[in-house]
Amino acid sequence: AIPGRVYRGPYDTTEPVSRISDITGYNNYYEFGLDKADPARNAGSLRTRPWTVRIDGLVRKPQTVDIDTLQSWFPLEDRLYRMRCVEGWSLVIPWMGFPLAALLRRIEPGSKARYVQFTSLADPKQMPGVRDPVLQWPYREGLRLDEAMNPLTMLAVGLDGKLLPNQNGAPLRLVVPWKYGFKNIKAITHITLLEEQPKTTWSTAAPDEYGFYANVNPAVDHPRWSQATERRIGDLGRRKTLPFNGYAAQVAGLYKGMDLRRNF
Amino acid sequence: MQGRVTRAGAGQGRALPPGAWVVPAAAVGSVLPLGVLLLDAFTGQLGANPLQRSEQQTGVLALALLLLSLTCTPLRLLAARVNVRLLWPARVRKTLGLSGALYAFVHLIIYGLDRGFNPAGLLVDAVKRPYITVGLTALLLLIPLVLTSRKDSVKRLGFVRWQRLHRLSYVVAALGVLHFWWSVKKDHSAPLLAVVVLLALFAVRAVLARRRERQAAPVGTARR
Repeated sequence: AIPGRVYRGPYDTTEPVSRISDITGYNNYYEFGLDKADPARNAGSLRTRPWTVRIDGLVRKPQTVDIDTLQSWFPLEDRLYRMRCVEGWSLVIPWMGFPLAALLRRIEPGSKARYVQFTSLADPKQMPGVRDPVLQWPYREGLRLDEAMNPLTMLAVGLDGKLLPNQNGAPLRLVVPWKYGFKNIKAITHITLLEEQPKTTWSTAAPDEYGFYANVNPAVDHPRWSQATERRIGDLGRRKTLPFNGYAAQVAGLYKGMDLRRNF
Repeated sequence: MQGRVTRAGAGQGRALPPGAWVVPAAAVGSVLPLGVLLLDAFTGQLGANPLQRSEQQTGVLALALLLLSLTCTPLRLLAARVNVRLLWPARVRKTLGLSGALYAFVHLIIYGLDRGFNPAGLLVDAVKRPYITVGLTALLLLIPLVLTSRKDSVKRLGFVRWQRLHRLSYVVAALGVLHFWWSVKKDHSAPLLAVVVLLALFAVRAVLARRRERQAAPVGTARR
């Protein structure tokens, strides 16, 4: 779909790529405003260089690393993933990045580490939305260590073969394609490994509506709307939402024996 | 025949022709956003998710117009307290209310379109999702109000019955505000504004009604 870029890896969808103008113009990124057009308008004030990421907690090699050094450690891969927002819409996005597992292996999680916590930048000078206490800043997300190690889970630094636009989470964002979009934390400044399950932003803001796991699940509705269908941006109609956003073959095993209705 | 009745009712002999533009202006002003919305829709200016955008816009416009129409009578009564006789609020009230109803029904049609006009799905939504239940109830209650908005409806029903029926508009507005509140993901500033307006309207009407009662009390009871 994109000239010169081929998406034929084992995890790539064969569905058509969404319009890049939709991917970069329709964003939930409350640090830059609440309207979906706000991030594209306002994110120009974010400075993504110089940028450092602190990696610590239960790891053998804690460190603070510059973003350019960090992304030079790994070969960058193109991956075409579906992205399903908890609000009931979806996109097909050509990410560029590396598996989170590669970074975790490099910093060597300690034997007690069971969870990974991610923290975003929250600078009111660069991010006008942070002055609005609509959420608790900074934005925080988390994964279980085995979810973080899954080969689907990636850290993206690019989109459509170029560096990430600011509104899409530059310079570093998480991409977990079988979970609702809010898990994909943007502008990451801190990654820490923990023994206990970390608190996450949306599950703190509305615990009855957003859980820690947030796996895409058409059988478990949001309290206020159905999750059975979604609108692929660009389509007029709606399509059926797939369990684990269509990645059940790769990830369903992670949740064997768990009640996904309770662990939503 | 009808003309004579209207003129006698509205003006009590005092003709105020300058007000003639008020109703058309309110009508044009109310329908204009719908025109802009249609134009945007046909020129692809509604962003990446046009159905959702138009659903939200018509919803907000419906509620705003209904609240505006509910502001007319309190405004006229408040002005009368300071001896200003406003005629235009009563004239635009119906236009604003009907325009609000128009947006509410367009809102419903877009919602139906959004769900692929799947009647079973709509029914499930109506039962399972409180904000849909509340919104649909508000729409159903609007129907008798629209049907009795004609000039001769007041005469046919009798003023007291007509007025009692049209107090439903407050119930519709309250349900509409609740629907708005529940449909928002996180930022409640706009629904909060609607709540404040609605409470202010209730407060004004309650205070004015109490004064009227006190003034209507028989001579000899306590009066200031």
